[in-house]
Amino acid sequence: MRFAGTYQGSSFVELLELDHKHLRPDWAKMTRNFDPASIPHGTTVMGFKYADGVVIAGDRLATVGHRVASRDMEKVYPTDDYSLIAIAGAAGPAIEMARLMRIELEHYEKIEGEPLELEGKANKLSQMVRQNMPAALQGFGVVPLFAGYDNRRNVGRLWGYDMTGGRYEETDYEATGSGGLYAAESLKKSHKLDASRSEALAMAVQALVDAADEDRATGGPDIVRGIYPIIDFCTRKGIERAPSNEIDRVFRGIVADRTSRNGGAS
Amino acid sequence: MSMPFYVSPEQVMADKAEYARKGIARGKSSIVLECDTGILLMAENSSTLSKIGEIYDRVAFAGVGKFSEFDQLRKLGIRYADMKGYTYSRDDVRCRALANAYSQAVGDAFTQQLKPLEVEIAVVEVGDASLAGHENNAIYRVQFDGSISDHTGYCVIGGASEDLSEFLRGDYRPDLPLGEALGLGKTALGRVADGEPSIENQNLEVCVLERERTGRKFVRLNSDRIEELLGS
Repeated sequence: MRFAGTYQGSSFVELLELDHKHLRPDWAKMTRNFDPASIPHGTTVMGFKYADGVVIAGDRLATVGHRVASRDMEKVYPTDDYSLIAIAGAAGPAIEMARLMRIELEHYEKIEGEPLELEGKANKLSQMVRQNMPAALQGFGVVPLFAGYDNRRNVGRLWGYDMTGGRYEETDYEATGSGGLYAAESLKKSHKLDASRSEALAMAVQALVDAADEDRATGGPDIVRGIYPIIDFCTRKGIERAPSNEIDRVFRGIVADRTSRNGGAS
Repeated sequence: MSMPFYVSPEQVMADKAEYARKGIARGKSSIVLECDTGILLMAENSSTLSKIGEIYDRVAFAGVGKFSEFDQLRKLGIRYADMKGYTYSRDDVRCRALANAYSQAVGDAFTQQLKPLEVEIAVVEVGDASLAGHENNAIYRVQFDGSISDHTGYCVIGGASEDLSEFLRGDYRPDLPLGEALGLGKTALGRVADGEPSIENQNLEVCVLERERTGRKFVRLNSDRIEELLGS
């Protein structure tokens, strides 16, 4: 490991690119015959605003084609005390992107002596998604969501992205991944900006159940194995992960309700 | 073409050392103290340019001398630590390896560059009781010529480091509560602050590596907290 490289700035990703190129894959050199469906993919993540800030949630299933690759994958990662990333797409590059994002924010804060603004963090992620574009063209796309609590403006904020690095600040809710469409449709009916914490939790679980109901690659709560979706609340106090027993209770309530309607949702 | 005068290597080294020593002696000292809750790093510093910084989860840095030079070293340390943590694991980022890398870099600059670095740095690591082999604190001091030494209990860099070390040798006790350690450090720094008898609290830069904190253990104390701890 070299001590003094040539890079002088405050970005870890740029440091990797410039001084440690061997640690970054060169996607342009990779074969086009490689089947992206042969590696694990993460499926459904979503985020929405509520009264105290913002919620980010994701199911736990990773799939390789039609096979289950993992039942307890994590797709929601805190990137610092007040921001989170949720990832969908090719699991390997996606997890790497989440990890790099976390290191990037910490690195910047240490070098500069103060953290990036929330918008600055969202913009940095946009560049990282854009850098992944050559991989996306070969089927290894990563489409994240980014959310956080903006302590300067006292408001929760949420961003969606596309594969080209397009960055879209959302006013209400956003979902991505294979079951994202169904989660978004569910939130379209249930979402309230002034929802309380418990209402927000119910909205999140319901949207994940709806996504799992329609999309075979999305996993609902797995009560047999005790594996529950990850639902994180980000507020002015920081990040709080919803406990499994709370999600379990809400989930059983939804199941009981739908059973009484022969499968219909309220 | 003119012929350079011959100067013996001994003379070159002695001149460089004198130059560096003079530069460092002009500045103020910084102190590292082990205390009951972790490691305290403090400096007399009335500016907003920090002399103390976070390197990694359990590792911190203090520098004295020429700001641009030790701040460059601080950034090199962060790059080194983050790269190592990214390549291996967070627990693989250790103070000793970093101090050695600093020693190499500063030593190389001393022998190879015309102008030596006018800096002295301390690199410290707080122990983690839950990790076997990582339980103990570590304090390393690297001087302008790259010479490296390890310390237990306390360490003073820059300025009148020998006088202050002598003072601390008499008054330092292991496991001092944080407030007492801070008071001791303040008294020590005050002894040589340009002939002034004491230091104003608002001119203290104080950071702590808190042993019991999870993840990043580095905390910068604000002036309210410093006042509270000093009880004045």
